[in-house]
Amino acid sequence: MQTFQMEGARNKTGSKSILKLMAKWLTIATALLAPLAAAAGEITVKGSDTMVILGQRWAEEYMGAHPKATIQVTGGGSGTGISALINGTTEICQASRPMSAAEKEKLRDRYATVGVEIPVARDGLSVYVNASNPLSEITMDQLKLIFTGKVTNWKELGGPDGKIVVYSRENSSGTYVFFKEHVLKNADYTVRAQSMPGTAAVVNAVAKEKFGIGYGGAAYAKGIKVLKVKPDAGSPAVAADEAHVKDGSYPLSRPLFFYLRNKPTGDVGAFVDWVLSAAGQTIVTKVGYYPVK
Amino acid sequence: MATSSESPVERPLDQAMLVGLGPSKRPSLPTRGPPPVRSSDHEHHGRAERPRLASRRPRFHALAEMAIRVLAFSSIAAIILIFVFIGKEAWPLLHDSVIGREVTLAKMWFAQQWPGYDAPEHIWQPVSEIPKYAAWPLVVGTLKVTLIAMLVAVPLGVGAALFVSQYAGRRLREIVKPTVELLAGVPSVVLGFFALMVMATWLQQVLGLDSRLNALVAGVALSFAIIPVIFTVSEEAFGAVPRSYVEASTALGAARWQTIVRVVMPAAGPGVAAGIALGLGRAVGETMIVLMASGNAAILSSSPADSVRTVSATIAAELAEVVFGGAHYTVLFFLGVLLFGFTLATNLLGEFAIGRMRRRLGGMA
Amino acid sequence: MKGSARTTPWRIRRLGDVALAMGTGLAAVLVLLIVAIILGDVIYNGAPRMTLTFLTQAPREGMTAGGIFPAIFGTVALVVLMTIAVLPAGVATAIYLSEYANPESRVTRLVRVAVNNLAGVPSIVFGLFGLGFFVQFVGVGIDRALYGGQRVFGQPALVWAALTMAVLTLPVVIVATEEALAAVPRELRLASAALGASRLQTIARVVLPQALPGILTGAILAISRGAGEVAPILFTGVAYFLPKLPGSLHDQFMQLGYHVYVLSTQSPDVDATRPILYATVLVLLLLTFALNATAVVVRSKMRRRFAGAVS
Repeated sequence: MQTFQMEGARNKTGSKSILKLMAKWLTIATALLAPLAAAAGEITVKGSDTMVILGQRWAEEYMGAHPKATIQVTGGGSGTGISALINGTTEICQASRPMSAAEKEKLRDRYATVGVEIPVARDGLSVYVNASNPLSEITMDQLKLIFTGKVTNWKELGGPDGKIVVYSRENSSGTYVFFKEHVLKNADYTVRAQSMPGTAAVVNAVAKEKFGIGYGGAAYAKGIKVLKVKPDAGSPAVAADEAHVKDGSYPLSRPLFFYLRNKPTGDVGAFVDWVLSAAGQTIVTKVGYYPVK
Repeated sequence: MATSSESPVERPLDQAMLVGLGPSKRPSLPTRGPPPVRSSDHEHHGRAERPRLASRRPRFHALAEMAIRVLAFSSIAAIILIFVFIGKEAWPLLHDSVIGREVTLAKMWFAQQWPGYDAPEHIWQPVSEIPKYAAWPLVVGTLKVTLIAMLVAVPLGVGAALFVSQYAGRRLREIVKPTVELLAGVPSVVLGFFALMVMATWLQQVLGLDSRLNALVAGVALSFAIIPVIFTVSEEAFGAVPRSYVEASTALGAARWQTIVRVVMPAAGPGVAAGIALGLGRAVGETMIVLMASGNAAILSSSPADSVRTVSATIAAELAEVVFGGAHYTVLFFLGVLLFGFTLATNLLGEFAIGRMRRRLGGMA
Repeated sequence: MKGSARTTPWRIRRLGDVALAMGTGLAAVLVLLIVAIILGDVIYNGAPRMTLTFLTQAPREGMTAGGIFPAIFGTVALVVLMTIAVLPAGVATAIYLSEYANPESRVTRLVRVAVNNLAGVPSIVFGLFGLGFFVQFVGVGIDRALYGGQRVFGQPALVWAALTMAVLTLPVVIVATEEALAAVPRELRLASAALGASRLQTIARVVLPQALPGILTGAILAISRGAGEVAPILFTGVAYFLPKLPGSLHDQFMQLGYHVYVLSTQSPDVDATRPILYATVLVLLLLTFALNATAVVVRSKMRRRFAGAVS
């Protein structure tokens, strides 16, 4: 009988605590929904997926040397980063392509500034093929034919008899836009081109696909073969190495940028200066891109 | 009120209540619920207490009931808002003149002659000098993947359900059912991961496909997500067929398989159909698996070996990057409306089928 | 049918039985095999990397080293906020529908149909809704009202992802609660009413305590669903990589499922991340399985209890 009592009592409090709990939830929910202040002294870096690994390494090293700094790096694509800069949700935008006139105009409309463009590294946009592919060089024209779908078999380029599997990037990527402008001369990619969410996915796919081809940042080129590129049929093939990327003779070399709304000062300025310093530029090489200086 | 029962005076009353409330075969049961305690409250405190209670009750009660009502209506409102807000963001596609310059419904659904192309074509190239938003490659891609998934999932799901409900012994059933529940609990991103990392290479090697990621890989991986849906609903449907049906059939001399094929399966038919309809809705809307395993190329073809880009994967891959309120954004929301409409239809179909089966079996039993 | 059954030769009858049993048995075996292969692959490749440091460290060196603590933290923060939002709303809706609303009324029936259908709406559509409603409408509205238009809440954030997930799991909670309420024996309500309890008192003191395990089951299933879904949070708050844990409601967050997606499609070094990826998948699977198993246990306990109550 005693135990009955205990159980009864326990359950009664249980039933009451449901109401209490509900009330508690309500107060917690309303308290949480009240706006909270944003943390200060933190730098947001957003944009290009090509540059995300670079930005992350920079942030890691910089925060290691400057314990008070907080740098938050996210990807999403150059376009995402630029719209974040325009929307005011990021301090630094990483972009693997220059800002377009339309984007600069939007920035001017909001902030009465055209923004500050700082080249922070150089990239040789590489053409990846499977390690087993016998080809070692390719012309810009051939690239265009492959990526617009006019050439569909490696045989037509003097390679083995195999259907070319074309890997491209999602359309938010700066690399996608750069390649489209500089190789396809603004023609559409073939519909057969598979859109990969990141450069790593392209590399991974080409590494596993015997007849695959893709493009992406030099830093990601692991486990695949990088083709030398001929600017045109008559000229010699150029490798995407440091010397040729730096002097611009590699036809697919491009600068990688930081974009800011205004001239960097304070915490942001210190970070940008560090990125451009010898310490920052060493990391560029470590990650697999090329320093600006 | 709550603590009063702990006073020694009330104990006998409580025990009297226990006896009064009902059969005390399971003595712990009546004590569980608070009613005995509450009622003892009344009996003990008597009339003198009542007015106080009455005066206190309404305010608190009204407040609590108000809270229930407010919460209930806000969640009902959320449901309605989903219909409203997706439509609202897609609406400019139909009437906005600025967006109309870039894309119209006609341009989405009919082949267009684009500069640089030889013939009118359906092209999905939303980021381009001239953005192209043909919906057919995406819709056909979605249907292709869904069809492949259903071709795998229906035989496996219904077959396994039939086995479990008709042939399997108790022990086997207790292995198969939890395993299927386990599969149901696997997040779709894990299935996508598995398709991408393991299945793609394997299927390509076995079948000699041109590319690793294609409709077939995505479809098979997708089937893993819907097998549990089809299995669970079908198994319930088979289980709901009255024993009398089976007994009658057996008494008439039918073999076991004849009973199953001619009696059990027709009787459970609408339930199985409901399971298939729910699976279909799930397959069409599933996102992460196809995003990771389909190759994401908007090719308009019928070959299962081609890469595809489904409606859901397109939204997932492109929405985060678009200019809010622009043509691309609007088109993606319109695709969302299409998905929404389709799954709504399959759900209603499923519900209708289940209702029908209930009525049919209810009427005959 | 009668005739044909009689005249079917014994051998064919036997053959048909064997064929059907084998066929359906094969289907069952295949399903078991699929689960075994997936789990086997994940456990075999993921278990060696699953260490305490892996669970408690942040990713390092561009996610090719270190652990997944921020993703675990983000997942937990997400489901906790989601639960805070969905549980009161879902339970109240279920109480309203089954205890207050007139079951015959057209509105009630319409709401039920809506709830059932909400369960079948693709998760990506919830993502669209979250972006269009919470981020673009509510968030931007809050910014206009309180921050003078500066972007604080008007962007993808933890709170919006949690609320989106709450709407997604709303039907799970409503349906489970309604079922649990319906399973409470009528006699108990009648007894309570006969003793002079008001409807609210009956609900709060008699019905809800009895239905509690069922409601808990629903809540756990909702949490399990919320822990595994990725599509709804893609545009409403999840981030690729953050060096800091989310400190406020308008911060972005990392999440386990999205981490799996990112690692398997965007990691800079596939070979180096492979073990990390597998271990992350294993953690995600263990989390959802543990939640589901808890739900199963709670549910079976509830069944036993009601089985007792009815007899």
